[in-house]
Amino acid sequence: MSAVQEALPAVRSSRDATVRRFALTDAIFHATTRAAAILVLVLLGGVAISLFAGSWQALSTFGFSFLTSESWNPVTEKFGALAPIYGTIITSAIAILIAVPLGIGIAIFLTELCPRPLRRPIGMAVELLAGIPSIIYGIWGLFVLAPFLQTTVQPFIISVFHGIPGLNGLFAGPPYGIGLLTSAMILAIMILPFITSITKDVFDTVPSVLKESAYGIGCTTWEVTRRVVIPYTRIGIMGGIMLALGRALGETMAVTFVIGNAHRISTSLFAPATTISATIANEFTEAVGDLYTSSLVALGLILFVITFLILAIARYMLMRIDARTGA
Amino acid sequence: MSTAASLHQSRKRKNGVMMTLCVISAGIGLAWLALILGALLYKGLAGVSLSVFTEMTPPPGDAGGLLNAIYGSIVMTIIGIIVGTPIGVLAGTYMAEYGRFSKLTTVVRFINDILLSAPSIIIGLFVYELMVRPMGHFSAIAGAVALAILVIPVVVRTTEDMLNLVPNALREAGTAIGAPRWVVIRSVAYRAALSGIVTGILLAIARISGETAPLLFTALNNQFWSSNLNAPMASLPVTIFQFALSPYEEWQQLAWTGALIITLTVLALSIFARSLTGRREDK
Repeated sequence: MSAVQEALPAVRSSRDATVRRFALTDAIFHATTRAAAILVLVLLGGVAISLFAGSWQALSTFGFSFLTSESWNPVTEKFGALAPIYGTIITSAIAILIAVPLGIGIAIFLTELCPRPLRRPIGMAVELLAGIPSIIYGIWGLFVLAPFLQTTVQPFIISVFHGIPGLNGLFAGPPYGIGLLTSAMILAIMILPFITSITKDVFDTVPSVLKESAYGIGCTTWEVTRRVVIPYTRIGIMGGIMLALGRALGETMAVTFVIGNAHRISTSLFAPATTISATIANEFTEAVGDLYTSSLVALGLILFVITFLILAIARYMLMRIDARTGA
Repeated sequence: MSTAASLHQSRKRKNGVMMTLCVISAGIGLAWLALILGALLYKGLAGVSLSVFTEMTPPPGDAGGLLNAIYGSIVMTIIGIIVGTPIGVLAGTYMAEYGRFSKLTTVVRFINDILLSAPSIIIGLFVYELMVRPMGHFSAIAGAVALAILVIPVVVRTTEDMLNLVPNALREAGTAIGAPRWVVIRSVAYRAALSGIVTGILLAIARISGETAPLLFTALNNQFWSSNLNAPMASLPVTIFQFALSPYEEWQQLAWTGALIITLTVLALSIFARSLTGRREDK
C-alpha cells in the first residue's frame, strides 16, 4: 500500500511529461502543416506581387495605352499589348468553338452509346492524352499539320472564298501554314481531352432515376441527353469549358511553334500572329533593356489576371455542382 | 400516316442524326489523337539509337545525342519533387486533418485549384523575378524551383482527396488507444492513404517532366554537359523546343526522338500511377 503511494507521484509525473510531450509534438506538427497550407496562399500572392513589381516600369511608362496600342517595337522601345491580347483571345475562342461540340459529343458517346467493355479503355485513353506535354502537340503542329494545311487546305479555302465579300478577308492568303487558325486547331485538340473528361464526369453525376424516368415515358436517347442530362449538368459543363478556356489562354509551347510570332492584328485567320504566352516564350531571353523585359512581364500580368478570373469562375461553377452531388 | 406516327418518325430520325454526330465526333477525336501519336512514333523511332543516350547535344549540322538534356531533366525533376512534395503533403494534411472544417481550408483549396491550372509560363516569370534577377544569372536551381511550384498544387490536391477517403473510424480507433493526433495521422491516415498519395506524386512527376515554358528563362539551356546547379542546365523539353525550330535536319530528328522519349515516359508514369489507385478500387 505504502509502496504504491510512494510510486504514484513518479508515475504521475512521467505520465504528465508524456502528455506534455505529446501535446507539444502535436502542436508542432499542427503548426507545420498549417504553415504549408498558408504557403500555398503565399505562392499565389507572391506570383501576383512579383508580376506587378516586374511590370511596374512598363505600366508607368505607357499607362493605359499599353492595353490599346498595337505597336511592339524594341528599337524605339514602344510597346503595346493589343496584338498579343487579340491573338490570345481569337485562338482560344476558335479552339473552344471547335473543341466544345466535339468534346460534348464524345462524352455523350462514352456515357450513352459506347459498348460497356470499351468505355473504360476509351475513357482512360482520353485522360492519358490530357497528360501529354504541350510541346508534343507543338512539334506535331509545326512539322505535320502546318505543311498539310499550307499545301492542301488553305489554298483550297482561299480560292473558294476568294470572291465572297467578308469571308475573303477572313481567309486571305498567302497560305503560310502557320498562323491563327493552325494555332487554334492545335489548341482545340489539346483541350479536347479536358472537356471530354470533365463533361463525362458531370454526366455521370446525373441520378439514373432521372434518366430512367425520361426513358420510361418514351424519350429517345437524344431527348434524354438534351432535356434531362444537359440541363442537370449545365453548371458543370460550363465550369469545364471555362477551365479548358483557362488552359487555352495560357497555353504556351503548342502555340509558340505554329503562331508565327508576328506582332500585328490581321483580319485573316491564315495570317501569322502572336499570343501573350508565345511572345513571352519567344522574346524573354532575348529582350535587351529593362523596359523591354518589363513590358514582357506586363504581358504576363495581363495573362495572369485574365486566367485568374476565368479559372476562379470555373472553380466556382464546379464547386457548386460538387456541393449539389455531395448534399 | 397519322400525325402521331410521323412525329414518332421525326423524333427517331432526329435521334439517329444526333447520335451519329456523337459517334462521328468520337471518331474524329480518336483519329486526330491517333494521327499525333502515329507521327510521333514514326518520326521519333527513326532516330532512336544508343548514341541518343550516350552522346551530348551536337553543334549544328552534326550527329549527336541528348545525354546532357536527359540528365538535366532528371536532375531538375528530382529536385523539384524533393522540394515540392513535402510542402504539398503537409498542406494537404492540414486541409484533410487539422483544418478539415476551417475557413482557411476552403480558401486554400480554391487558391490551390487555381494554381493547378495557372499557365506555367507565369510560374516561369515569377521564378525569374524571384531568383534569376536577384542572382544575376540563369541556373538549374531556379528551374527546379519553378518545377517544385508546379508540383505543389498537384500533390496538395491528391493528398487532401486521399486523406478524406480514409474512414474516420480508423482515426477514432487510433485516438481511443491514446495516440496523439500527429501519431494517428502518421501511422494510420498516411498508411491508409499511401498508394493515393504516391499516385499524386507520380502524376506530378509526369506533369513536370514535359514542362517547357517554366524552364525557358529559369534554367535556360546548355549545349554542354553541366552538373553545376548554379549554372544554366539543359533539359529535354527546352532542347526539343530549340532543335525543332532550327533549320538543321539532325537537330529536328533529335527533337522528334526527344519528344518520343518524353511522351513514353509521361504515359508510363500516368499508367503506373493509375494502376496503383485502380487496384485499390477493385479491392
